[in-house]
Amino acid sequence: MTEPLIEFRDVSKAFASNIVLNRVNLKINRGEITTIIGKSGMGKTVILKHIIGLMEPDSGQILFNGKNILRLNPKERTQFRFHVGYLFQNVALFDSMNVYDNIALPLRENTKLNEMQIREKVIDKMEKLEIVEIRQKYPSEISGGMKKRVGLARVLVMDPQVILFDEPTTGLDPIRKNAVHSMISHMQKKFGFTGVMVSHEIPDVFYISQKIVMLDNGVILADCPPNEIENVDHPKVKEFIKGAESLKDQLTGLKTKKLITSQFIIELMRSVHDDSYCSILLFKINGLNKINETLGFVTGQKVIKHFASFVEHYLRISGENSRYSDDLILTLLPNTKLGMAKILMGKLEEALKTYPPLPGEGYTPMNYSISSSVVEIQGQQDIENVVTLAEKKFSVIGYFELK
Amino acid sequence: MQIILFQIGVLGESVIEMLHSLGKCTLFISTACALMMTPPFKIRRIIDQLYFIGVKSIFVVSLTAVFTGMVLGLQGYYTLAKFNSEGLLGGAVALSLIRELGPVLSALMVAGRAGSSMAAELGSMRISEQIDALDTMNIHPLKFLVSPKIAASIIAVPLLTAIFNVVGMMGGYLTGVVMLEVNQAVFLNSMIQATDMQDIVVGMTKPLFFGLMIAGLSSYKGYYCDILKKGVYGSESVSYATTSAVVISSVVILVLDYVLTAILL
Repeated sequence: MTEPLIEFRDVSKAFASNIVLNRVNLKINRGEITTIIGKSGMGKTVILKHIIGLMEPDSGQILFNGKNILRLNPKERTQFRFHVGYLFQNVALFDSMNVYDNIALPLRENTKLNEMQIREKVIDKMEKLEIVEIRQKYPSEISGGMKKRVGLARVLVMDPQVILFDEPTTGLDPIRKNAVHSMISHMQKKFGFTGVMVSHEIPDVFYISQKIVMLDNGVILADCPPNEIENVDHPKVKEFIKGAESLKDQLTGLKTKKLITSQFIIELMRSVHDDSYCSILLFKINGLNKINETLGFVTGQKVIKHFASFVEHYLRISGENSRYSDDLILTLLPNTKLGMAKILMGKLEEALKTYPPLPGEGYTPMNYSISSSVVEIQGQQDIENVVTLAEKKFSVIGYFELK
Repeated sequence: MQIILFQIGVLGESVIEMLHSLGKCTLFISTACALMMTPPFKIRRIIDQLYFIGVKSIFVVSLTAVFTGMVLGLQGYYTLAKFNSEGLLGGAVALSLIRELGPVLSALMVAGRAGSSMAAELGSMRISEQIDALDTMNIHPLKFLVSPKIAASIIAVPLLTAIFNVVGMMGGYLTGVVMLEVNQAVFLNSMIQATDMQDIVVGMTKPLFFGLMIAGLSSYKGYYCDILKKGVYGSESVSYATTSAVVISSVVILVLDYVLTAILL
């Protein structure tokens, strides 16, 4: 088993009589996104501040690459800080500097790059986050969502090894919320950084996280992959997940993965009991990564939302539509045999020929496609297995152009 | 007996807290001064601060100076007239300004204007986590924010004092010579005869220390505004820090004035 990148060993912290961390043991693995969830005021942000060194524990150890960060000499500490970036909950932009200078500041103060090289790096990050047009504006002149994106750009510009996100999507609309999550996930896969995120956005964070940690009253109640969080046998965890998770995906309005999984189980049991049939249609948007990279994550989310609206419009009577993952839409068709499901798919393919263009204008011309597959559910199958099977049978049903 | 012991305890706690603050403040200012003298040197930031502290204070300092000089001329004339020594008015005005009033009053004006602004700026940055953000970006907050202020203040306050002295003497000339008809040649000659290099050295040494104290204390108050006073948080803590910065800077200027005068005389 590989050594974790960051490890908390029996870390405790109290503010006066309020115990915020109580002998916390936590491992954050390299190259993964770990999301810390829990009620407000439970110490989630305190964990992040301990990692970056803004706070020191009352007892315990915090290891980074096996080294205790509390015992680093000044030079090692400086080196450590270069590897870790922090995105504050309130962003903490420098209000006496414009957006460009805010993002350029870490490069100007910490590197020997000249202004041309700095400009190249800064503009690159600004383009990815769609904030180039506000580069001359000051923080007081931009919206909360734009401030978040500027803050993210400021962190990413130093290409850190670890990025700490303190509620990165607070205050954003569903499209931009998903765009930020999508961007974090995409950047993490592309650059391989380790992400530690504090968030309340359930189930959206489950799509992008490899590990979920729940903190309550200074104690970790759950520490597992997202798909196992519901199996955690603790009443507070169950209560929190149930309370925080909404039934509808905020971006697309379709059902969530959790809801469709429950419905899948019900339909499966019914089909076995009644000797009836059940099928699924699975859709995937191909080229999303390229859209995200070239046109930005907000455009990528708009593409998903647009297609989801189309599927909901055509299939809402026939089946239950859901957003299964970041780029997968799953339609559950109760009492439907494979043949009928294929006919439905055929009709949808026909309708796709008059697929309306994405609203908005001025997109750089770019192609993408939609793939789909049809699978009949047989026997005692797990939804994950059905989806894996369906993914192997994908075929392209339409090519589209953004313009 | 219990009550007496309790009161002694409270007093002791206050003293300990005061000593703790004094130590913390000394460390803060010393660290900022040390960082000011270590590379890399951010000249641009010092120039920006010099413009804010120095250039933008010229008007208020000049205004104070002209009226101070005029009052000195007026009061000095009537006082010296009792001893038939009106001819010494020029020297009295010049010495008063150069040795005492110039350094102290210009420092007090800068403390009120620039000192409060420094405290407010750093206080706002503290409560909005901008100082923490600098820390996370491996940028030393003291070197980035405080050292340029101290450097600029040490340069600006003596220069403002010089402006104060000159403008003040003009004010004294206005009342003494123009309004009260003291002989111009006598006035100016008295000014030249009464002052020597020692007076100017004393008069220009004090502003160096005053500048250090204004920037150091005001920055300290703003930087630690969130923990300055129990039960005071957020915007209220910024307000408290700003007021406290001006008060403490003013008191320290007056105390330091006596100490330096005693040493330098």
